[in-house]
Amino acid sequence: MAANTKTTNLAEAANANMALSKEEIMRYSRHLIMPEVGMDGQLKLKQAKVLCIGTGGLGAPVGLYLAAAGVGRIGLVDFDSVDLTNLQRQILFGTQDIGRPKIEAAADRLRNLNPDIQIDQFETRLTGDHALDILKNYDIVVDGTDNFPTRYLVNDACVILGKPNVYGSIFRFEGQITIFGAPAGPCYRCLYPEPPPPGLVPSCAEGGVLGVLPGIVGAIQAAETLKLIIGKGEPLIGRLLLFDALAMRFRELKLRKNPDCPVCGERPTITKLIDYAEFCGVRGEETASPAQAGVPEIAPRELKARLDRGDDLFVLDVREPHEYQICNLGGHLIPLGELSRRVNELDSSREIVAHCRSGKRSAEAVEFLRSAGFRKVLNLKGGILAWSDEVDASVPKY
Amino acid sequence: MAVKVIIPTPLRPYTGKKESVELQAATVGEALASLTTLFGDLKKHLYSEDGKLRSFVNVYVNDEDIRYLRGDQTPLREGDILSIVPSIAGGTQN
Repeated sequence: MAANTKTTNLAEAANANMALSKEEIMRYSRHLIMPEVGMDGQLKLKQAKVLCIGTGGLGAPVGLYLAAAGVGRIGLVDFDSVDLTNLQRQILFGTQDIGRPKIEAAADRLRNLNPDIQIDQFETRLTGDHALDILKNYDIVVDGTDNFPTRYLVNDACVILGKPNVYGSIFRFEGQITIFGAPAGPCYRCLYPEPPPPGLVPSCAEGGVLGVLPGIVGAIQAAETLKLIIGKGEPLIGRLLLFDALAMRFRELKLRKNPDCPVCGERPTITKLIDYAEFCGVRGEETASPAQAGVPEIAPRELKARLDRGDDLFVLDVREPHEYQICNLGGHLIPLGELSRRVNELDSSREIVAHCRSGKRSAEAVEFLRSAGFRKVLNLKGGILAWSDEVDASVPKY
Repeated sequence: MAVKVIIPTPLRPYTGKKESVELQAATVGEALASLTTLFGDLKKHLYSEDGKLRSFVNVYVNDEDIRYLRGDQTPLREGDILSIVPSIAGGTQN
């Protein structure tokens, strides 16, 4: 009797997978009436399993559109919590979610949008230890991460497992989108064999990003994912789509499979996952850049005490003019990029304290000035962020 | 040959915020050399210390990657568009 019940349940489950309920037919009617999707396509979507790595700016539209479209099983990977600066672009979250794990807030939002689908939650930073175990259960991987180590990890894992990797990345108002890792197509390493050394390319946290940009790029990733599932149209394989929101222009470049690619080439040298932090030259996020580690510093409280005492200190702000407008310490503004040609504005006989937002750019400035013969130059440790925390809370952080 | 070089956002701080630059050059190598002469700060972002184009920077003539043409020696025609496309990790880091 018990065995029969179980069989019946399994049969029902199988039928449920094979057909749409009356409610589902209503929910997906705008898909069903299009011949390109139709009942076949909608059933493919229902049976599809997609893993979204990252639930931030890119992951938000990807998750929302895949859930809305009826992708039957969506995996989410994220380790972060929602904070106030996320809400400018991460549209999965609301103000009431601040402080919650992103994965929880994202899963709630997607379940609310579509209770008929399965959401798998992986509250973790994706690493080589478990990437293959997580990825292997999905048909398609969507890369919405924000750093090079994870991008190379996702790429290699997708190539090893033979899964397509729907890729999107953004900077300020520009985006890049393509599909890597499809059997005959190129992979991320075919495009970029190696990552930039840390510090040479600014991150979004330093460079900023137009809030709607990940919305557009993520929506394109979602569209490509849906097309792969239903098997219609021309997939973005072997083509790198560049988007410039400022010019409002799309361009397309050819992307070729590199026969010498170390992971997907004819004689691959990378056949299992490696240490991606080491490969990308990063050892944990707390590691100071080489410039930051070696330069002489002054703590915010000490600077305040010395200024109050009337010491002759020249405060040099090496941020950009638009950052100066957000907040400033009344320093003399010379953006880091202009320092080498405006160095004559500085008096090497005076003691100089350089600062920026976080202390990174100003460390470079201090290093440069010391190499240019300035003897008395200090870096404000932790920049304006630390000044706000330790000296004057009325200075806004950004 | 008059050609146009499109500068990507991450490198615009080193080209005086210019989005594109018009140059006279017969090959890709010449175009990049005159670009880095015009904008000295750009050089370390495009080339490694041994003088090779960095492996996270790709250069395209129109829509083709110069690695699959003749690299630096790729000849240019009047009106060609060169694109410098560096890798961006992007996303939402805090």
